[in-house]
Amino acid sequence: MWPAMTQAIACRDLKKYYADVKAVDGLDLFIDNGECFGLLGPNGAGKTTTIEILEGLTVPDSGDVEVLGLTWKGNERELRQRIGISLQETQLSDKLTVHETVHLFRSFYRSGPAPDDLIRDLSLDEKSNARVGKLSGGQKQRLAAACALVGDPDILFLDEPTTGLDPQSRLQLWEVVQRFRTKGGTVLLTTHYMEEAERLCDRVAIVDHGHLIALGTPQELIAKLEARNIIEFSSDPPLPEETLRNLPGCHGCTPHGNAYQLRVDSLAESVPQLLAAVEKTGAKLLTLSTHEATLEDLFVSLTGRELRDV
Amino acid sequence: MSDKVRPAIVELTSARTKEFLRETEAIFWVFGFPLLLALALGFAFREKAPDRIPVGVIAGPTASREAAALKRSPALSPRVLNPDEAHDALRHGKVSLVVDSSHSLIYRYDPTSPDGRTARREADDALQSAAGRRDVMPARDEYVHEQGARYIDFLIPGLLGMNLMGTGMWGMGFTIANARMKKLLKRLIATPMRKSQYVMSQFLSRLMFLVVEVTVLVAFGWLVFGVRVNGSIAVLALLCIIGGYAFSGLGFLTASRARTLEGVSGLMNLIMMPMWLCSGVFFSYERFPDAAKPFIRALPLTMLNDALRAVMNDAAPLTKVMPHLALLAVWGIVTFAIGLKIFRWQ
Ligand SMILES: Nc1ncnc2c1ncn2[C@@H]1O[C@H](COP(=O)(O)OP(=O)(O)OP(=O)(O)O)[C@@H](O)[C@H]1O
Ligand SMILES: [Mg+2]
Repeated sequence: MWPAMTQAIACRDLKKYYADVKAVDGLDLFIDNGECFGLLGPNGAGKTTTIEILEGLTVPDSGDVEVLGLTWKGNERELRQRIGISLQETQLSDKLTVHETVHLFRSFYRSGPAPDDLIRDLSLDEKSNARVGKLSGGQKQRLAAACALVGDPDILFLDEPTTGLDPQSRLQLWEVVQRFRTKGGTVLLTTHYMEEAERLCDRVAIVDHGHLIALGTPQELIAKLEARNIIEFSSDPPLPEETLRNLPGCHGCTPHGNAYQLRVDSLAESVPQLLAAVEKTGAKLLTLSTHEATLEDLFVSLTGRELRDV
Repeated sequence: MSDKVRPAIVELTSARTKEFLRETEAIFWVFGFPLLLALALGFAFREKAPDRIPVGVIAGPTASREAAALKRSPALSPRVLNPDEAHDALRHGKVSLVVDSSHSLIYRYDPTSPDGRTARREADDALQSAAGRRDVMPARDEYVHEQGARYIDFLIPGLLGMNLMGTGMWGMGFTIANARMKKLLKRLIATPMRKSQYVMSQFLSRLMFLVVEVTVLVAFGWLVFGVRVNGSIAVLALLCIIGGYAFSGLGFLTASRARTLEGVSGLMNLIMMPMWLCSGVFFSYERFPDAAKPFIRALPLTMLNDALRAVMNDAAPLTKVMPHLALLAVWGIVTFAIGLKIFRWQ
């Protein structure tokens, strides 16, 4: 690799419009070498469209893309050798075994790890001779990761690698990503899970309706929230919203059914105030819980919507 | 299990081959079905010793002598009946001829029925020579059962052609449409794999099965029905390969854009149906109007069937089937070229 080059991926003013929707609407992204970068956003935000443009699978309507300092046009063969991809929805051939699938993908690349080593690295060695159709969801995702890693790529693209997985499978996949990073690899991943972004990513871009709405390290983004803490509580009867907004140190209040979510500076200051207010109105406290603000809360405060449609 | 990295074309071909071998139903349609069809049709139309034609003899003093004379003809099966029975039997077709010698000798039969006319000639010969007639010009019969002229001889090459069409088209088309639907094609083009190698591997894998398929069907025809390959095996093999190539191309083109399996199935049937009907699989296309024949002859299956029959039945040399081979090759080249041009990888 060229030592002078620091950007693994760069795109400027990326646009992709479909008939009825602006999937990507003027996106700029610059991802450094060795960085793990997360694209975060709700369903339909344009994450897949963006990542597939960067992967050279979708042609943008306008905008420039450079991957490893090269444009897709004229450098496709070279770039394909140097990147590894896991698509959001691919069903690898059910009739082949894990071993056969990895061997097949390995044969497309000029260099890379020995298939059996890779299978062991991804803890799939017990399943090596099992048909792909018989794997669990987590095992399939690890096989997809194996197929992405089989060419020893400089950049790893993962589109929702852990969606629908149980916590243990998710952890296993995170380990795979972290191991790839210790070898100096660059990662671009998309996710719905804030926790995943916070754990894995150096920087996160939050996208919505094809726009970038926030960019920074997870800590920077959370710091953007005026409030560091969240109080969720409900009472019978509910308190008037007015009362809550006027509590000292409260930066905002969002109703959730008959519960409220308050964003506050300090729990030590606000919780006693809140309890006092409840007592004063003669209402009965039903639930009360608090947590530190996360990217999830940032998304709610930026868009007024939940990140995941539940 | 080796951990050696083999060339992509080898891996792709072997992957495709394994996928097929692990697809039990597909194995039946490729190998079992044509054999069952050949077996059923072969027995339905097998050569039988010509039946004796039933003849009635009206009961009377001379009836048993006449019946015995008639029995000596290999073509007749006489029985003695009283006049009423004979009348009904003739009317219902249970006998084709009634011999009545109660007064003078009378042959009673339907002149429009070939059996009736044959029976009349045979019966007359038998009775006249029994009565002492001498032939002025002695003659003897020589029977011909020409190998290569039976229905089964016509059928086996037709089934071979039909099978090459079916497996060629489905083998390519179904796999490709399926891989596209599952986004496997998209995943593959996200690797450095060469697209041409993918297409090539599909065809190579097809070719391996084609060898088995053809061998099984030809051996079956030979062992069970005595259908021989009168021409050169090498020419037959070449024909099957080029024919398989043409139909793989057609299957590839059919599947080059389809997004769903239903879409590709419909299109396949639309393309194959006219060839099943017109290309002389089960019966000769000579019965179609002359105006239609140039079109029928341009169809790849017609080309293939004609050439297969020429080689298997008439021992045609390579030079004789050159035009067929050329036309089939053109079909293959053109369909692959167009297919690659318009191919939808995702
Ligand atoms: N091929 C297409 N044709 C038409 N519209 C499309 C196409 N692909 C995507 N879209 C639309 O573009 C928008 C962005 O889709 P995209 O798949 O990029 O979202 P996403 O952020 O990946 O969502 P998810 O989290 O559900 O995967 C959506 O509204 C989608 O319906
Ligand atoms: Mg997506």
